[in-house]
Amino acid sequence: MGGLLLIHDLFKPKRLSFWESLNAWIFVAPWILGFILFTGGPILASFVISFTEWDIVNPPVWFGLGNYELMLRDPLFFQSLKVTTIYALVAVPLQIVVGLFIAMLLNTKIRLIGLYRTLFYLPAVLPIVSVAVMWRWILSRDWGLVNWFLSLFGVNGPGWLSEPEWALPALILMSLWGVGSGMLIYLAGLQGIPTDLYEAAEVDGAGRWATFIHITLPMISPVILFQLVVGLIAAFQVFAQPFIMTQGGPQNSTLFYLLHLFRNAFEFFRMGYASALSWVLFMYIAVLTLLIFRFSAAWVFYEGEIKNE
Amino acid sequence: MTPISAPPSHKVAPAPKRPIDWAKLLAHLVLISGSIMFLMPFVYVLSTSLKTAGDVYTFPPEFIPDPVAWENYPDALTAMPFDRFFLNTIMLALGRIIGLTLSCSLAGFAFAKLRWKGRNTLFFIVLLTLMIPTEVTLIPRYILFSKLGWVGSFAPLLVPGFFAENAFFVFLFRQFFMTMGQDIIDAARIDGCSFIGLFRRIIAPNAKPVFAVVAIYIIQNNWNSFLLPMIYLTDRAKYTLALGLRLFNEQYYSQTHLLMAASVFVVIPIVILFFFMQRYFIQGVVFTGTKG
Repeated sequence: MGGLLLIHDLFKPKRLSFWESLNAWIFVAPWILGFILFTGGPILASFVISFTEWDIVNPPVWFGLGNYELMLRDPLFFQSLKVTTIYALVAVPLQIVVGLFIAMLLNTKIRLIGLYRTLFYLPAVLPIVSVAVMWRWILSRDWGLVNWFLSLFGVNGPGWLSEPEWALPALILMSLWGVGSGMLIYLAGLQGIPTDLYEAAEVDGAGRWATFIHITLPMISPVILFQLVVGLIAAFQVFAQPFIMTQGGPQNSTLFYLLHLFRNAFEFFRMGYASALSWVLFMYIAVLTLLIFRFSAAWVFYEGEIKNE
Repeated sequence: MTPISAPPSHKVAPAPKRPIDWAKLLAHLVLISGSIMFLMPFVYVLSTSLKTAGDVYTFPPEFIPDPVAWENYPDALTAMPFDRFFLNTIMLALGRIIGLTLSCSLAGFAFAKLRWKGRNTLFFIVLLTLMIPTEVTLIPRYILFSKLGWVGSFAPLLVPGFFAENAFFVFLFRQFFMTMGQDIIDAARIDGCSFIGLFRRIIAPNAKPVFAVVAIYIIQNNWNSFLLPMIYLTDRAKYTLALGLRLFNEQYYSQTHLLMAASVFVVIPIVILFFFMQRYFIQGVVFTGTKG
């Protein structure tokens, strides 16, 4: 992402005006201060805090690698890592497939396209707390909409939020209600594909599936990569849904990472341990993102790029 | 309601010429059933919110409430000071709009239109911060604000806004300003216009759409925001709608009809905003995905 943008900046003027520079620094000053106080500083601080025991009220006590050792013996840490990773691995690809599918349906000359787009996008703008409260009712075992729908097919729906094996799938299902924002991004990407590519494919007698595999998918792959990374980061920040709908249960089956971190920090006031949790998560996300970028070269196609065969 | 304009037709894949386009028919069928599936949760929640306590628990569900229990709304909304929560949410949104649009647009202006040493490096840092999950800064920030004695007030939610807290907005402004012509800026400079004057009189007035997109984003984020307000707003009188609804959810756990009425109430302002400002919502989202 960054690399592409910097190309614009390669143009370098011969002389820089002192007055212009001074103005620029003044305009950027709030951001610089904010970065130091609220982002850069805290990141370093949380690293240092992760080596302490600290309840905020009393002065911090140096704890060395103690928090990291505790983590290795904390079954809830592994549980929350597992839950969040499963969610990320299942929900994010599902959101991409469903979002892309709807976007492709909407990318034809079709009537009422504006109305469809509005309907599919609307749930994505709703506040998450309301969505969580509403879906607790929609997923209710005896009176919920989902189980009513299943009963139409003779299926006796489970207690979505009360059975350990169904709670996480229920939250994944719920997340699909919000695919609208991804859908819009794919739609924009699809509309950016030059028409002559499709015309050439038609001349060559390519079917719909071949056209999708050989034209649409490669052309939209940068957008998919972007959504994969954004979706991953978002998956590791899921909080309100389990907090409101399941409190992490039943049997910790929806103990998301951030919920575990939140409890340690703001219920048990173990700031050192929670900071260690946040750093491990940071590293985990960074490694996953790097892996995605590393392997993206094989499937992401950038226009104007020539691949070595 | 602002209708979304259809995409420019020349960019749409040409439809094959056939008397009945089965693919298109199928697309319609899938879209219609999909729309119904996306709408049903709303319909169900809305209908529950208008049922009497006794009518809520029926299976199969009745979608048309009979009798219609309009009183659920006043009942739910007076059970807790939702008017107060509403005002708090609006005030927070306004404060954040002022802080964030000011600080982020100025930074975006400097990154887009001024020439200075360090610009590329700093902008690269702006982009890097987009990737940082909130968890990492959560605890030190909380400690900082608690040492300042700000926990319990709106300050931890408002003050960072004045320091261009949102890197994405800086990026958005910068991208928009980049598209504005350099000649008019040079002309203004030759006429002796100061940089801040340039920003106030030429750049900002010509960038209203991006200001609108950012303002709407802030309202939506603010309505959505839950974790940070919950940590900082410990006093019930300062609760936002999201916090109020969460409290309501705890205290009226089993009174589903009231609970649904309250959650519909929280959702309605955003839905209205969405219908009137759809264009800006969509511009913002599209900007996110394609200009990255």
